Amino acid sequence: MSHEPVPSVPQVLGVVAPAVPPVVDAADLARALEERSMGQALRTEELVVNMGPQHPSTHGVLRVVIKTDGEVVTALQPHIGNLHRCVEKIGESLPYYQWLPYVDRMDYLAAINNEHGACIAIERLAGIVVPERAEYIRVILAEVQRVASHIFAMGVYGLDTGAITPFLHTFRERERGLDLLDHIAGGRLLYHVIRIGGVKRDLSPEWIDECHAFLDAVEQRLPEYNTLLLDNHIFQERTCNIGVIPPALAVGWGVTGPALRASGVDWDTRRDAPYGIYDRFQFDVPIAHSGVAGVVGDCFHRHWVRFKETEQAIRIARQALRDLPPGEIQAKLPKTLKPPKGEVYVRVENPRGELAYWMVADGTDKAWRIRCRGPSFSNIGVMTDVARGALIADLVALMGSLDIVLGEVDR
Amino acid sequence: MKSFLDGLIEGSALLGAVPRGLVYTTGILLACSGVLLLVSLFAGEIVWMERRISGRIQARIGPNRVGPQGLLQFLADGVKLMAKEDVIPSSADRLVFLIAPYIVFTGVFAAFAAIPLGAGLVPANLTFGLFYVLAITSVEVVGVIMAGWASNSKWSILGTMREVAQVISYEMPLAISALTVAVLAGSLNLTEIVDQQQGWVWQWWVFRSPATFVGFFLFFTAALAALKRAPFDLPEAESELVAGFHTEYTGFRFAIFFLAEYAGMFLFSVLTVVLFFGGWHPGVPVSLTTGVGRALSFLVLFAKSVFFISVMIWIRWSLPRYRVDKVMYLCYKVLLPWSVAAMVVAALQVLLTGGR
Repeated sequence: MSHEPVPSVPQVLGVVAPAVPPVVDAADLARALEERSMGQALRTEELVVNMGPQHPSTHGVLRVVIKTDGEVVTALQPHIGNLHRCVEKIGESLPYYQWLPYVDRMDYLAAINNEHGACIAIERLAGIVVPERAEYIRVILAEVQRVASHIFAMGVYGLDTGAITPFLHTFRERERGLDLLDHIAGGRLLYHVIRIGGVKRDLSPEWIDECHAFLDAVEQRLPEYNTLLLDNHIFQERTCNIGVIPPALAVGWGVTGPALRASGVDWDTRRDAPYGIYDRFQFDVPIAHSGVAGVVGDCFHRHWVRFKETEQAIRIARQALRDLPPGEIQAKLPKTLKPPKGEVYVRVENPRGELAYWMVADGTDKAWRIRCRGPSFSNIGVMTDVARGALIADLVALMGSLDIVLGEVDR
Repeated sequence: MKSFLDGLIEGSALLGAVPRGLVYTTGILLACSGVLLLVSLFAGEIVWMERRISGRIQARIGPNRVGPQGLLQFLADGVKLMAKEDVIPSSADRLVFLIAPYIVFTGVFAAFAAIPLGAGLVPANLTFGLFYVLAITSVEVVGVIMAGWASNSKWSILGTMREVAQVISYEMPLAISALTVAVLAGSLNLTEIVDQQQGWVWQWWVFRSPATFVGFFLFFTAALAALKRAPFDLPEAESELVAGFHTEYTGFRFAIFFLAEYAGMFLFSVLTVVLFFGGWHPGVPVSLTTGVGRALSFLVLFAKSVFFISVMIWIRWSLPRYRVDKVMYLCYKVLLPWSVAAMVVAALQVLLTGGR
């Protein structure tokens, strides 16, 4: 079982991933610091600070060791692995059916999107055809999840920049989205509702009405969030021109998702390498341009792209709700799923970027090897290059704007 | 205070029999504990107010279980904090760590000695009252430096560095913008400044000169920064520095920092009202110097300061936090020149019109 080759981001863009250029030269910085300390007149020391794993704004259990000169970060090193749960290895020792709930726990803010990718990968391995209605339900759930995840990220970013109120406002709407998913799946955060060959439950007419109401509510609230953050002068001062990731650097580090599009790179897996039925929907891919505020690739634009993408996710969900066909929601499957020998690489657009699964089947009911490519993992790396020379406050702004979920960094 | 006690002694045969020194000492101690109790109570209620208002802003309810509408929540919180273990880090400078919260507390509460809380309701009617208040609140910084240094924690040190830079810088625009009123009033005595604002609303200093009008906004902004209130809450920036200078503090010592912060809010709100918004004068020409009037004057002042406290709370829960260098920029390149300009305008006004 093979799959059609999917072009990679650099291939599509025609760029070669460059060597990563240092943003600030360490020797230059040292010289500048020495000049500032007037030679020997004043002895200064660099302070090594452990930011995390117990820190309010490392979004989980990320540990970043930063070297600071006063408030200026001269070097930093993210340390990951505090939340490692062997999701990939477990997948090699469990039957395909039983592995799916573990996938939810990778990116726990976008569990549906994780399931979506994993199911597509297994279905491609086993050659399962998913019923039409199930495909639409998957898209609806995935986009509702994307809306919930994006508005949550926007609110949390407010928290990172010191505004507590937007967080609770976005939480209120997100809760409605989670309630919707709860009605379908029976769980608030970890659903296991997208199953191999279909979905677990059908959508009722009431659910569809409620879903429309939720999408309307979010659409109505988005300008309200913007008055608190995007249009706010202090927020703009905090985020514009901060943590600028140039397009070449972003592609070089494998940054994907809103962070990549905020750097001005026009790439969305849903549009450029469609999976499921995403090629049937009309939607725009918001790309950062310099007409808003700040420069392309800064923290402000990552937030801005998230806001724009929320609008697009609402659009896709509405189209899917409109076109939802009647019919079966689950393909007939054998009791034990034994895909033939083969390998598959499937990529889906997670709210945080490109989530990919590489699976190798050896003809048994378990995968021989599973490898996940997490968007947060790739996005976190770029921090080391961008944060040098920034202030501690900027570091927090940068970390928040990348919107990492540690559960998926460590898997 | 002395004249008040003298009046009591003259009027009472019982007090007249007691040595005067004893009456003075007892009277001052009673006044001090009265102010302390009152301010602590207000600080506690401001905490409750902040939590309820922030609840409203954030589409939730806030504490409403302890006492009517949750009014006694601060007592429950206080009991909880006192019941907690008073952790002193093993690497801390023990003595300095222990006394630091009290110095912060003293800095704020000592200022209330010269603050008139109503007509004649002032513990010490100092001729240099404004100067005293602005000077004594600076003591707070010393306590914060001690707390940050003695904690021997990196986050505390970073928070302390921010605090010292910020509070010391903002004291300049704070003092200079307060002086616009003092220059026009020709007095540093807070009671006298209030008495000049008797009558209609336009007699309030904020409306009497362009210098004081601008001065009010400068003063209020600088007060927010001096109080470490959002958007200038960098010294304890939660998302950046965990909790800043009081990262290592727990239990009762933490509660004292907390109390001092909220007492500071009350202090600067009262000061804003006293300097710019007519103090205890309600804005209509009535005299509030008799017995009931005094109580009323206190209520008027209190209501006005509650308004400014609400504005502070409102600002805190709406705005993101400034960055450390922008805060300094705002101080030295915006507030300071403007406050100096306001001061010069006020001085010119006195020169040209002879004041008043």
